Amino acid sequence: MGKSTVVPFGPQHPVLPEPIHLDLELQDEKVVKAIPSIGYIHRGLEKLVEKRGFQEYVYVAERVCGICSFGHGWGYSKAIEGLMGIEVPRRAEYLRTIWHEISRLHSHLLWAGLGADALGFESLFMQCWRIRETILDIIEQTTGGRVIFSVCKVGGVRRDIPDNELKEIVARLDKLKKEIDEVATIFLNDETIHARLKGVGTVSYDDAVALGCVGPTARASGVPQDYRMGDEGGAYKDLGFTPVLATEGDCFARAKVRLLELYQSMDIIKGCVENMPAGDIAVPVKGFPPAAEYFTRVEQPRGEAVYYVKGNKTKNLERFRLRTPTNANIAVLVKMLQGCDLADVPNIILTIDPCISCCER
Amino acid sequence: MSYIKKSPWLVHYDGSSCNGCDIEVLACLTPLYDVERFGIVNTGNPKHADIFLVTGGVNTQNLPVVRQIYEQMPEPKVVIAVGACACTGGVFHDCYNMLGGMDKAIPVDVYVPGCAARPEAIIDGVVKGLAVLEEKQKALAVPVNEKLAEKETVMEPSVAMNKQQEAKK
Repeated sequence: MGKSTVVPFGPQHPVLPEPIHLDLELQDEKVVKAIPSIGYIHRGLEKLVEKRGFQEYVYVAERVCGICSFGHGWGYSKAIEGLMGIEVPRRAEYLRTIWHEISRLHSHLLWAGLGADALGFESLFMQCWRIRETILDIIEQTTGGRVIFSVCKVGGVRRDIPDNELKEIVARLDKLKKEIDEVATIFLNDETIHARLKGVGTVSYDDAVALGCVGPTARASGVPQDYRMGDEGGAYKDLGFTPVLATEGDCFARAKVRLLELYQSMDIIKGCVENMPAGDIAVPVKGFPPAAEYFTRVEQPRGEAVYYVKGNKTKNLERFRLRTPTNANIAVLVKMLQGCDLADVPNIILTIDPCISCCER
Repeated sequence: MSYIKKSPWLVHYDGSSCNGCDIEVLACLTPLYDVERFGIVNTGNPKHADIFLVTGGVNTQNLPVVRQIYEQMPEPKVVIAVGACACTGGVFHDCYNMLGGMDKAIPVDVYVPGCAARPEAIIDGVVKGLAVLEEKQKALAVPVNEKLAEKETVMEPSVAMNKQQEAKK
Protein backbone atom coordinates (compact mmCIF):
# COMPACT_ATOMS: atom_id res chain seq x y z
CA MET A 1 0.00 0.00 0.00
CA GLY A 2 1.32 3.40 -0.95
CA LYS A 3 0.72 6.39 1.18
CA SER A 4 -2.58 8.12 0.83
CA THR A 5 -3.11 11.08 -1.49
CA VAL A 6 -5.89 13.63 -1.49
CA VAL A 7 -7.36 14.42 -4.88
CA PRO A 8 -9.71 17.40 -5.12
CA PHE A 9 -12.78 16.80 -7.32
CA GLY A 10 -14.69 19.86 -8.48
CA PRO A 11 -16.20 22.42 -8.05
CA GLN A 12 -15.61 22.98 -11.76
CA HIS A 13 -15.45 19.50 -13.29
CA PRO A 14 -16.37 18.35 -16.83
CA VAL A 15 -18.74 15.64 -15.62
CA LEU A 16 -20.69 17.87 -13.26
CA PRO A 17 -23.09 20.45 -14.63
CA GLU A 18 -23.16 21.95 -11.16
CA PRO A 19 -20.43 22.69 -8.64
CA ILE A 20 -19.85 20.35 -5.74
CA HIS A 21 -16.46 19.81 -4.20
CA LEU A 22 -15.19 16.45 -2.93
CA ASP A 23 -11.86 15.72 -1.32
CA LEU A 24 -11.07 12.14 -2.30
CA GLU A 25 -8.51 10.42 -0.11
CA LEU A 26 -6.86 7.76 -2.24
CA GLN A 27 -4.76 4.72 -1.48
CA ASP A 28 -3.30 3.92 -4.90
CA GLU A 29 -6.43 3.87 -7.09
CA LYS A 30 -8.94 3.11 -4.35
CA VAL A 31 -10.94 5.82 -2.63
CA VAL A 32 -10.68 5.40 1.13
CA LYS A 33 -12.61 8.43 2.16
CA ALA A 34 -14.64 11.16 0.49
CA ILE A 35 -15.25 14.48 2.18
CA PRO A 36 -17.91 16.61 0.50
CA SER A 37 -17.98 20.37 0.82
CA ILE A 38 -20.92 22.34 -0.45
CA GLY A 39 -22.08 25.94 -0.49
CA TYR A 40 -21.11 27.12 -3.97
CA ILE A 41 -24.74 27.71 -4.99
CA HIS A 42 -26.16 28.77 -1.66
CA ARG A 43 -28.42 31.78 -2.21
CA GLY A 44 -30.34 31.80 1.03
CA LEU A 45 -33.75 31.82 -0.56
CA GLU A 46 -35.56 30.44 2.49
CA LYS A 47 -35.06 33.79 4.15
CA LEU A 48 -36.63 35.55 1.18
CA VAL A 49 -40.09 34.69 2.57
CA GLU A 50 -39.57 37.65 4.88
CA LYS A 51 -39.34 40.00 1.89
CA ARG A 52 -41.83 38.51 -0.59
CA GLY A 53 -45.57 38.07 -0.14
CA PHE A 54 -46.73 34.50 0.44
CA GLN A 55 -48.42 34.29 -2.97
CA GLU A 56 -45.52 35.94 -4.75
CA TYR A 57 -43.05 33.50 -3.20
CA VAL A 58 -44.31 30.62 -5.41
CA TYR A 59 -42.07 32.05 -8.15
CA VAL A 60 -39.04 31.92 -5.87
CA ALA A 61 -39.93 28.40 -4.70
CA GLU A 62 -40.03 27.29 -8.34
CA ARG A 63 -36.50 28.56 -8.75
CA VAL A 64 -35.10 26.39 -5.98
CA CYS A 65 -34.21 24.10 -8.84
CA GLY A 66 -34.71 24.41 -12.58
CA ILE A 67 -35.09 20.67 -13.15
CA CYS A 68 -37.79 19.83 -10.61
CA SER A 69 -39.17 23.38 -10.56
CA PHE A 70 -42.84 22.42 -10.80
CA GLY A 71 -42.59 20.08 -7.81
CA HIS A 72 -41.14 22.82 -5.62
CA GLY A 73 -43.87 25.26 -6.61
CA TRP A 74 -46.43 22.57 -5.86
CA GLY A 75 -44.88 21.63 -2.52
CA TYR A 76 -44.84 25.25 -1.37
CA SER A 77 -48.41 25.89 -2.55
CA LYS A 78 -49.55 22.68 -0.86
CA ALA A 79 -47.98 23.76 2.42
CA ILE A 80 -49.68 27.19 2.28
CA GLU A 81 -53.02 25.60 1.31
CA GLY A 82 -52.71 23.28 4.31
CA LEU A 83 -51.82 26.18 6.57
CA MET A 84 -54.78 28.29 5.43
CA GLY A 85 -57.21 25.41 5.04
CA ILE A 86 -57.84 25.94 1.34
CA GLU A 87 -59.62 23.19 -0.56
CA VAL A 88 -58.12 22.88 -4.05
CA PRO A 89 -60.48 21.84 -6.90
CA ARG A 90 -59.98 18.26 -8.12
CA ARG A 91 -59.30 19.34 -11.67
CA ALA A 92 -56.40 21.49 -10.45
CA GLU A 93 -55.00 18.53 -8.51
CA TYR A 94 -55.17 16.35 -11.63
CA LEU A 95 -53.51 19.04 -13.75
CA ARG A 96 -50.78 19.41 -11.14
CA THR A 97 -50.21 15.65 -11.21
CA ILE A 98 -49.91 15.71 -15.00
CA TRP A 99 -47.35 18.54 -14.94
CA HIS A 100 -45.44 16.94 -12.11
CA GLU A 101 -45.18 13.62 -13.93
CA ILE A 102 -44.19 15.39 -17.15
CA SER A 103 -41.41 17.11 -15.26
CA ARG A 104 -40.38 13.72 -13.85
CA LEU A 105 -40.14 12.38 -17.42
CA HIS A 106 -37.95 15.32 -18.41
CA SER A 107 -35.81 15.00 -15.30
CA HIS A 108 -35.22 11.25 -15.67
CA LEU A 109 -34.41 11.55 -19.37
CA LEU A 110 -32.01 14.37 -18.55
CA TRP A 111 -30.40 12.12 -15.96
CA ALA A 112 -30.20 9.20 -18.41
CA GLY A 113 -28.32 11.47 -20.81
CA LEU A 114 -25.89 12.79 -18.22
CA GLY A 115 -25.38 9.26 -16.88
CA ALA A 116 -24.51 8.02 -20.37
CA ASP A 117 -22.17 10.97 -20.83
CA ALA A 118 -20.34 10.11 -17.61
CA LEU A 119 -19.81 6.59 -19.00
CA GLY A 120 -18.38 8.05 -22.18
CA PHE A 121 -21.44 6.90 -24.18
CA GLU A 122 -21.79 10.13 -26.13
CA SER A 123 -24.36 8.95 -28.70
CA LEU A 124 -26.74 7.66 -26.03
CA PHE A 125 -26.45 11.04 -24.27
CA MET A 126 -27.50 12.77 -27.49
CA GLN A 127 -30.41 10.36 -28.08
CA CYS A 128 -31.77 10.82 -24.55
CA TRP A 129 -31.68 14.59 -24.91
CA ARG A 130 -33.27 14.41 -28.36
CA ILE A 131 -36.20 12.46 -26.92
CA ARG A 132 -36.40 14.90 -24.02
CA GLU A 133 -37.16 17.75 -26.44
CA THR A 134 -40.58 16.14 -27.16
CA ILE A 135 -41.42 16.49 -23.46
CA LEU A 136 -40.18 20.08 -23.45
CA ASP A 137 -42.48 20.76 -26.43
CA ILE A 138 -45.44 19.47 -24.42
CA ILE A 139 -44.40 21.66 -21.49
CA GLU A 140 -44.02 24.68 -23.72
CA GLN A 141 -47.39 24.06 -25.36
CA THR A 142 -49.23 23.79 -22.06
CA THR A 143 -47.39 26.31 -19.87
CA GLY A 144 -45.40 28.63 -22.12
CA GLY A 145 -42.07 27.90 -20.48
CA ARG A 146 -39.47 25.24 -21.20
CA VAL A 147 -37.93 24.58 -17.81
CA ILE A 148 -39.66 26.94 -15.38
CA PHE A 149 -43.43 26.42 -15.70
CA SER A 150 -44.92 29.08 -13.37
CA VAL A 151 -48.39 27.51 -13.64
CA CYS A 152 -48.83 26.55 -10.00
CA LYS A 153 -50.28 29.08 -7.58
CA VAL A 154 -51.69 29.02 -4.10
CA GLY A 155 -55.25 27.73 -4.49
CA GLY A 156 -54.88 25.94 -7.81
CA VAL A 157 -53.23 26.37 -11.19
CA ARG A 158 -53.01 29.32 -13.56
CA ARG A 159 -53.88 27.59 -16.80
CA ASP A 160 -56.22 24.86 -17.88
CA ILE A 161 -55.34 22.23 -20.45
CA PRO A 162 -58.36 21.79 -22.80
CA ASP A 163 -59.60 18.22 -23.26
CA ASN A 164 -58.58 17.98 -26.92
CA GLU A 165 -55.07 19.06 -25.99
CA LEU A 166 -54.96 16.40 -23.28
CA LYS A 167 -55.80 13.74 -25.87
CA GLU A 168 -53.09 15.08 -28.13
CA ILE A 169 -50.57 14.82 -25.29
CA VAL A 170 -51.48 11.15 -24.80
CA ALA A 171 -51.02 10.51 -28.51
CA ARG A 172 -47.59 12.15 -28.37
CA LEU A 173 -46.63 10.09 -25.34
CA ASP A 174 -47.56 6.91 -27.22
CA LYS A 175 -45.11 7.88 -29.94
CA LEU A 176 -42.54 8.80 -27.34
CA LYS A 177 -42.90 5.42 -25.66
CA LYS A 178 -41.43 3.68 -28.71
CA GLU A 179 -38.42 5.99 -28.64
CA ILE A 180 -37.94 5.49 -24.91
CA ASP A 181 -38.12 1.72 -25.54
CA GLU A 182 -35.10 2.00 -27.83
CA VAL A 183 -33.04 3.98 -25.34
CA ALA A 184 -34.08 1.82 -22.39
CA THR A 185 -33.18 -1.37 -24.30
CA ILE A 186 -29.67 -0.05 -24.87
CA PHE A 187 -29.36 1.07 -21.25
CA LEU A 188 -30.57 -2.23 -19.80
CA ASN A 189 -28.87 -4.67 -22.19
CA ASP A 190 -25.63 -3.07 -23.35
CA GLU A 191 -22.54 -4.97 -22.24
CA THR A 192 -20.43 -1.86 -21.70
CA ILE A 193 -23.02 -0.34 -19.42
CA HIS A 194 -23.29 -3.59 -17.46
CA ALA A 195 -19.52 -3.71 -17.07
CA ARG A 196 -19.34 -0.15 -15.81
CA LEU A 197 -22.39 -0.08 -13.54
CA LYS A 198 -23.06 -3.56 -12.16
CA GLY A 199 -21.66 -4.15 -8.70
CA VAL A 200 -20.36 -0.55 -8.46
CA GLY A 201 -21.34 1.68 -5.56
CA THR A 202 -23.51 -0.90 -3.82
CA VAL A 203 -25.72 0.18 -0.93
CA SER A 204 -27.38 -2.48 1.20
CA TYR A 205 -31.00 -2.25 2.37
CA ASP A 206 -29.84 -1.63 5.95
CA ASP A 207 -27.43 1.14 4.95
CA ALA A 208 -30.10 2.79 2.81
CA VAL A 209 -32.48 2.84 5.77
CA ALA A 210 -29.85 3.86 8.34
CA LEU A 211 -28.46 6.72 6.22
CA GLY A 212 -31.95 7.93 5.35
CA CYS A 213 -31.60 8.07 1.60
CA VAL A 214 -34.66 8.86 -0.50
CA GLY A 215 -36.10 8.50 -3.97
CA PRO A 216 -34.77 6.17 -6.66
CA THR A 217 -31.55 5.79 -4.64
CA ALA A 218 -33.54 4.20 -1.79
CA ARG A 219 -35.86 2.25 -4.07
CA ALA A 220 -32.89 0.67 -5.88
CA SER A 221 -31.84 -0.85 -2.56
CA GLY A 222 -35.30 -2.33 -2.04
CA VAL A 223 -36.66 0.33 0.34
CA PRO A 224 -40.33 0.89 -0.64
CA GLN A 225 -40.13 4.60 0.02
CA ASP A 226 -42.19 6.78 -2.29
CA TYR A 227 -44.45 9.52 -0.99
CA ARG A 228 -46.78 9.09 -3.93
CA MET A 229 -48.06 5.95 -2.17
CA GLY A 230 -49.65 8.00 0.58
CA ASP A 231 -50.09 11.36 -1.12
CA GLU A 232 -53.46 12.93 -0.29
CA GLY A 233 -52.98 15.70 -2.86
CA GLY A 234 -52.75 15.03 -6.56
CA ALA A 235 -54.39 12.15 -8.35
CA TYR A 236 -52.21 9.40 -6.90
CA LYS A 237 -54.76 8.23 -4.37
CA ASP A 238 -57.49 7.86 -7.00
CA LEU A 239 -55.28 6.12 -9.51
CA GLY A 240 -53.50 3.79 -7.10
CA PHE A 241 -49.74 3.63 -6.95
CA THR A 242 -47.06 1.01 -6.39
CA PRO A 243 -43.42 2.09 -6.43
CA VAL A 244 -40.80 0.63 -8.79
CA LEU A 245 -38.29 -1.35 -6.75
CA ALA A 246 -34.98 -3.09 -7.34
CA THR A 247 -32.97 -5.05 -4.82
CA GLU A 248 -29.35 -4.98 -6.01
CA GLY A 249 -28.57 -1.48 -4.72
CA ASP A 250 -25.76 -0.84 -7.23
CA CYS A 251 -25.42 1.86 -9.88
CA PHE A 252 -27.16 -0.32 -12.44
CA ALA A 253 -30.18 -0.83 -10.17
CA ARG A 254 -30.50 2.92 -9.72
CA ALA A 255 -30.41 3.42 -13.49
CA LYS A 256 -33.00 0.65 -13.94
CA VAL A 257 -35.39 2.16 -11.39
CA ARG A 258 -35.28 5.54 -13.13
CA LEU A 259 -35.85 4.05 -16.57
CA LEU A 260 -38.81 1.97 -15.37
CA GLU A 261 -40.24 5.06 -13.68
CA LEU A 262 -40.43 6.69 -17.11
CA TYR A 263 -43.08 4.11 -18.09
CA GLN A 264 -44.84 4.53 -14.77
CA SER A 265 -45.05 8.32 -15.21
CA MET A 266 -46.51 7.91 -18.69
CA ASP A 267 -49.16 5.55 -17.27
CA ILE A 268 -50.02 8.04 -14.52
CA ILE A 269 -50.45 10.84 -17.08
CA LYS A 270 -52.75 8.61 -19.16
CA GLY A 271 -54.74 7.71 -16.05
CA CYS A 272 -55.13 11.40 -15.19
CA VAL A 273 -56.33 12.24 -18.69
CA GLU A 274 -58.88 9.39 -18.67
CA ASN A 275 -60.30 10.33 -15.28
CA MET A 276 -59.96 14.11 -15.59
CA PRO A 277 -62.76 15.73 -13.57
CA ALA A 278 -64.52 18.84 -14.88
CA GLY A 279 -64.76 22.05 -12.88
CA ASP A 280 -62.75 25.03 -11.72
CA ILE A 281 -58.97 25.14 -11.80
CA ALA A 282 -58.44 27.51 -8.88
CA VAL A 283 -60.17 28.99 -5.85
CA PRO A 284 -59.65 32.58 -4.70
CA VAL A 285 -57.32 33.04 -1.73
CA LYS A 286 -58.48 35.49 0.94
CA GLY A 287 -56.65 36.77 3.99
CA PHE A 288 -53.20 36.01 5.34
CA PRO A 289 -51.70 32.78 6.66
CA PRO A 290 -52.61 32.28 10.35
CA ALA A 291 -50.02 32.14 13.15
CA ALA A 292 -49.57 28.40 12.88
CA GLU A 293 -47.24 25.91 11.25
CA TYR A 294 -47.70 23.20 8.69
CA PHE A 295 -45.55 20.64 6.99
CA THR A 296 -46.05 18.54 3.91
CA ARG A 297 -44.16 16.40 1.45
CA VAL A 298 -43.89 15.92 -2.31
CA GLU A 299 -42.20 13.07 -4.14
CA GLN A 300 -39.76 14.82 -6.46
CA PRO A 301 -37.95 13.05 -9.32
CA ARG A 302 -34.96 12.72 -6.98
CA GLY A 303 -36.91 11.70 -3.89
CA GLU A 304 -39.00 13.06 -1.12
CA ALA A 305 -38.87 16.80 -0.39
CA VAL A 306 -40.21 18.16 2.89
CA TYR A 307 -41.79 21.62 3.14
CA TYR A 308 -42.35 23.43 6.40
CA VAL A 309 -44.09 26.81 6.70
CA LYS A 310 -44.90 29.02 9.64
CA GLY A 311 -47.23 32.00 9.32
CA ASN A 312 -47.66 35.10 11.51
CA LYS A 313 -50.94 36.70 10.31
CA THR A 314 -49.10 39.00 7.89
CA LYS A 315 -48.46 39.00 4.16
CA ASN A 316 -45.03 37.44 4.75
CA LEU A 317 -44.36 34.06 6.28
CA GLU A 318 -42.25 33.83 9.38
CA ARG A 319 -40.32 30.76 8.30
CA PHE A 320 -40.03 28.46 5.33
CA ARG A 321 -37.88 25.37 5.48
CA LEU A 322 -37.18 22.89 2.74
CA ARG A 323 -35.41 19.57 3.04
CA THR A 324 -34.42 18.42 -0.42
CA PRO A 325 -33.71 14.89 -1.68
CA THR A 326 -30.08 15.51 -2.66
CA ASN A 327 -29.42 16.78 0.84
CA ALA A 328 -30.58 13.42 2.17
CA ASN A 329 -28.63 11.45 -0.42
CA ILE A 330 -25.22 13.03 0.16
CA ALA A 331 -24.70 10.89 3.28
CA VAL A 332 -25.20 7.73 1.28
CA LEU A 333 -23.01 9.08 -1.53
CA VAL A 334 -20.08 9.37 0.88
CA LYS A 335 -20.69 5.76 1.93
CA MET A 336 -20.82 4.56 -1.70
CA LEU A 337 -17.55 6.26 -2.58
CA GLN A 338 -15.62 4.41 0.13
CA GLY A 339 -13.67 1.61 -1.49
CA CYS A 340 -14.52 2.40 -5.11
CA ASP A 341 -12.03 3.01 -7.93
CA LEU A 342 -11.15 6.61 -8.78
CA ALA A 343 -12.42 6.04 -12.35
CA ASP A 344 -15.88 5.10 -11.05
CA VAL A 345 -16.32 8.28 -9.00
CA PRO A 346 -18.19 10.24 -11.73
CA ASN A 347 -20.60 7.33 -12.32
CA ILE A 348 -21.37 6.92 -8.66
CA ILE A 349 -21.93 10.64 -8.14
CA LEU A 350 -24.27 10.78 -11.11
CA THR A 351 -26.37 7.76 -10.13
CA ILE A 352 -27.70 9.53 -7.05
CA ASP A 353 -28.85 12.17 -9.57
CA PRO A 354 -27.41 15.08 -7.62
CA CYS A 355 -29.19 18.40 -7.85
CA ILE A 356 -26.86 20.75 -6.07
CA SER A 357 -29.01 23.85 -6.41
CA CYS A 358 -31.84 21.99 -4.61
CA CYS A 359 -29.40 20.80 -2.02
CA GLU A 360 -27.99 24.22 -1.17
CA ARG A 361 -30.96 26.42 -2.01
CA MET B 1 -23.97 38.31 -38.28
CA SER B 2 -20.32 37.79 -37.55
CA TYR B 3 -18.11 34.92 -38.49
CA ILE B 4 -14.82 33.70 -37.22
CA LYS B 5 -12.10 31.61 -38.81
CA LYS B 6 -11.55 29.22 -35.94
CA SER B 7 -14.14 27.24 -33.97
CA PRO B 8 -14.65 28.79 -30.55
CA TRP B 9 -14.53 26.45 -27.55
CA LEU B 10 -16.41 27.30 -24.44
CA VAL B 11 -16.23 26.50 -20.78
CA HIS B 12 -19.39 26.57 -18.70
CA TYR B 13 -19.62 27.25 -14.97
CA ASP B 14 -22.72 27.34 -12.81
CA GLY B 15 -22.31 30.30 -10.47
CA SER B 16 -25.34 30.08 -8.25
CA SER B 17 -28.06 29.41 -10.76
CA CYS B 18 -31.10 27.23 -10.21
CA ASN B 19 -30.01 24.81 -12.95
CA GLY B 20 -32.63 26.07 -15.38
CA CYS B 21 -30.09 27.98 -17.49
CA ASP B 22 -27.51 25.19 -17.17
CA ILE B 23 -29.75 22.58 -18.71
CA GLU B 24 -30.61 25.04 -21.46
CA VAL B 25 -26.89 25.55 -22.13
CA LEU B 26 -26.55 21.76 -22.44
CA ALA B 27 -29.68 21.65 -24.62
CA CYS B 28 -27.84 23.90 -27.10
CA LEU B 29 -25.29 21.12 -27.62
CA THR B 30 -27.82 18.36 -28.19
CA PRO B 31 -29.54 17.34 -31.44
CA LEU B 32 -32.37 19.91 -31.67
CA TYR B 33 -30.06 22.95 -31.53
CA ASP B 34 -26.72 21.20 -32.04
CA VAL B 35 -24.14 23.97 -32.01
CA GLU B 36 -21.40 21.34 -32.20
CA ARG B 37 -21.99 21.23 -35.96
CA PHE B 38 -20.35 24.68 -36.08
CA GLY B 39 -17.37 23.36 -34.18
CA ILE B 40 -18.41 24.89 -30.87
CA VAL B 41 -17.24 22.49 -28.18
CA ASN B 42 -18.09 22.55 -24.49
CA THR B 43 -14.75 21.82 -22.88
CA GLY B 44 -14.11 21.22 -19.22
CA ASN B 45 -10.71 22.86 -19.29
CA PRO B 46 -10.60 26.66 -18.96
CA LYS B 47 -7.18 26.75 -20.65
CA HIS B 48 -8.74 25.34 -23.84
CA ALA B 49 -11.59 27.83 -23.91
CA ASP B 50 -12.23 31.11 -25.74
CA ILE B 51 -15.69 31.79 -24.34
CA PHE B 52 -16.74 31.62 -20.69
CA LEU B 53 -20.47 30.89 -20.35
CA VAL B 54 -21.47 31.66 -16.82
CA THR B 55 -24.90 31.20 -15.27
CA GLY B 56 -26.16 32.43 -11.91
CA GLY B 57 -25.01 35.28 -9.72
CA VAL B 58 -22.01 35.68 -7.47
CA ASN B 59 -21.89 34.67 -3.84
CA THR B 60 -18.97 34.80 -1.44
CA GLN B 61 -18.04 31.15 -1.87
CA ASN B 62 -18.02 30.99 -5.66
CA LEU B 63 -16.38 34.38 -6.21
CA PRO B 64 -12.80 33.01 -6.07
CA VAL B 65 -13.77 30.02 -8.25
CA VAL B 66 -15.21 32.24 -10.98
CA ARG B 67 -12.17 34.54 -10.89
CA GLN B 68 -9.83 31.56 -11.03
CA ILE B 69 -11.52 30.11 -14.12
CA TYR B 70 -11.49 33.54 -15.78
CA GLU B 71 -7.80 34.10 -15.04
CA GLN B 72 -6.84 30.66 -16.33
CA MET B 73 -8.40 31.33 -19.75
CA PRO B 74 -5.95 32.53 -22.41
CA GLU B 75 -6.39 35.92 -24.10
CA PRO B 76 -8.46 36.89 -26.03
CA LYS B 77 -11.47 35.74 -24.05
CA VAL B 78 -15.15 36.60 -23.93
CA VAL B 79 -17.47 36.30 -20.95
CA ILE B 80 -21.17 35.67 -21.60
CA ALA B 81 -23.55 36.04 -18.66
CA VAL B 82 -26.51 33.70 -19.29
CA GLY B 83 -29.83 34.34 -17.59
CA ALA B 84 -31.35 36.97 -15.35
CA CYS B 85 -29.30 35.90 -12.28
CA ALA B 86 -25.99 36.23 -14.10
CA CYS B 87 -27.04 39.65 -15.47
CA THR B 88 -28.31 41.28 -12.29
CA GLY B 89 -28.93 38.68 -9.59
CA GLY B 90 -32.46 38.16 -10.88
CA VAL B 91 -35.10 36.80 -8.54
CA PHE B 92 -32.45 36.27 -5.87
CA HIS B 93 -31.02 39.81 -6.00
CA ASP B 94 -31.97 40.61 -2.40
CA CYS B 95 -30.92 37.29 -0.86
CA TYR B 96 -28.43 37.71 1.98
CA ASN B 97 -25.83 35.55 0.29
CA MET B 98 -25.92 37.13 -3.16
CA LEU B 99 -23.42 39.79 -4.17
CA GLY B 100 -25.24 40.47 -7.44
CA GLY B 101 -24.68 39.78 -11.14
CA MET B 102 -21.54 38.23 -12.62
CA ASP B 103 -20.15 41.66 -13.51
CA LYS B 104 -19.41 42.10 -9.80
CA ALA B 105 -16.70 39.43 -10.15
CA ILE B 106 -15.37 39.53 -13.71
CA PRO B 107 -15.80 41.79 -16.76
CA VAL B 108 -18.83 40.60 -18.75
CA ASP B 109 -19.03 41.17 -22.52
CA VAL B 110 -22.48 39.86 -23.46
CA TYR B 111 -25.64 39.69 -21.35
CA VAL B 112 -28.27 37.07 -22.26
CA PRO B 113 -31.66 37.79 -20.65
CA GLY B 114 -34.35 35.30 -19.68
CA CYS B 115 -35.40 33.18 -16.74
CA ALA B 116 -34.53 30.57 -17.79
CA ALA B 117 -32.70 31.84 -20.89
CA ARG B 118 -33.97 29.97 -23.93
CA PRO B 119 -31.49 28.03 -26.11
CA GLU B 120 -32.20 30.41 -29.02
CA ALA B 121 -31.22 33.35 -26.81
CA ILE B 122 -28.07 31.59 -25.62
CA ILE B 123 -27.02 30.82 -29.19
CA ASP B 124 -27.71 34.44 -30.14
CA GLY B 125 -25.54 35.53 -27.20
CA VAL B 126 -22.69 33.30 -28.33
CA VAL B 127 -22.92 34.71 -31.87
CA LYS B 128 -22.69 38.24 -30.41
CA GLY B 129 -19.77 37.02 -28.32
CA LEU B 130 -17.98 35.90 -31.48
CA ALA B 131 -18.02 39.48 -32.79
CA VAL B 132 -16.46 40.65 -29.50
CA LEU B 133 -13.90 37.87 -29.70
CA GLU B 134 -12.91 38.95 -33.19
CA GLU B 135 -12.48 42.56 -32.09
CA LYS B 136 -10.34 41.48 -29.15
CA GLN B 137 -8.24 39.32 -31.43
CA LYS B 138 -7.64 42.26 -33.75
CA ALA B 139 -6.69 44.49 -30.84
CA LEU B 140 -4.21 41.90 -29.57
CA ALA B 141 -2.66 41.14 -32.95
CA VAL B 142 0.58 43.00 -33.67
CA PRO B 143 0.70 44.54 -37.17
CA VAL B 144 2.88 42.58 -39.63
CA ASN B 145 5.50 45.34 -40.10
CA GLU B 146 6.07 45.71 -36.38
CA LYS B 147 6.36 41.97 -36.02
CA LEU B 148 9.07 41.83 -38.66
CA ALA B 149 10.96 44.69 -37.06
CA GLU B 150 10.76 42.95 -33.69
CA LYS B 151 12.04 39.74 -35.21
CA GLU B 152 15.11 41.48 -36.62
CA THR B 153 16.21 42.94 -33.31
CA VAL B 154 15.28 39.98 -31.16
CA MET B 155 16.24 37.04 -33.31
CA GLU B 156 19.53 38.31 -34.62
CA PRO B 157 21.32 40.24 -31.88
CA SER B 158 24.68 40.02 -33.68
CA VAL B 159 23.31 42.01 -36.60
CA ALA B 160 21.88 44.58 -34.26
CA MET B 161 25.18 44.88 -32.36
CA ASN B 162 27.13 45.31 -35.59
CA LYS B 163 24.76 48.09 -36.57
CA GLN B 164 25.26 49.79 -33.23
CA GLN B 165 29.05 49.55 -33.51
CA GLU B 166 28.92 50.98 -37.00
CA ALA B 167 26.86 53.85 -35.73
CA LYS B 168 29.49 54.60 -33.01
CA LYS B 169 32.32 54.71 -35.52
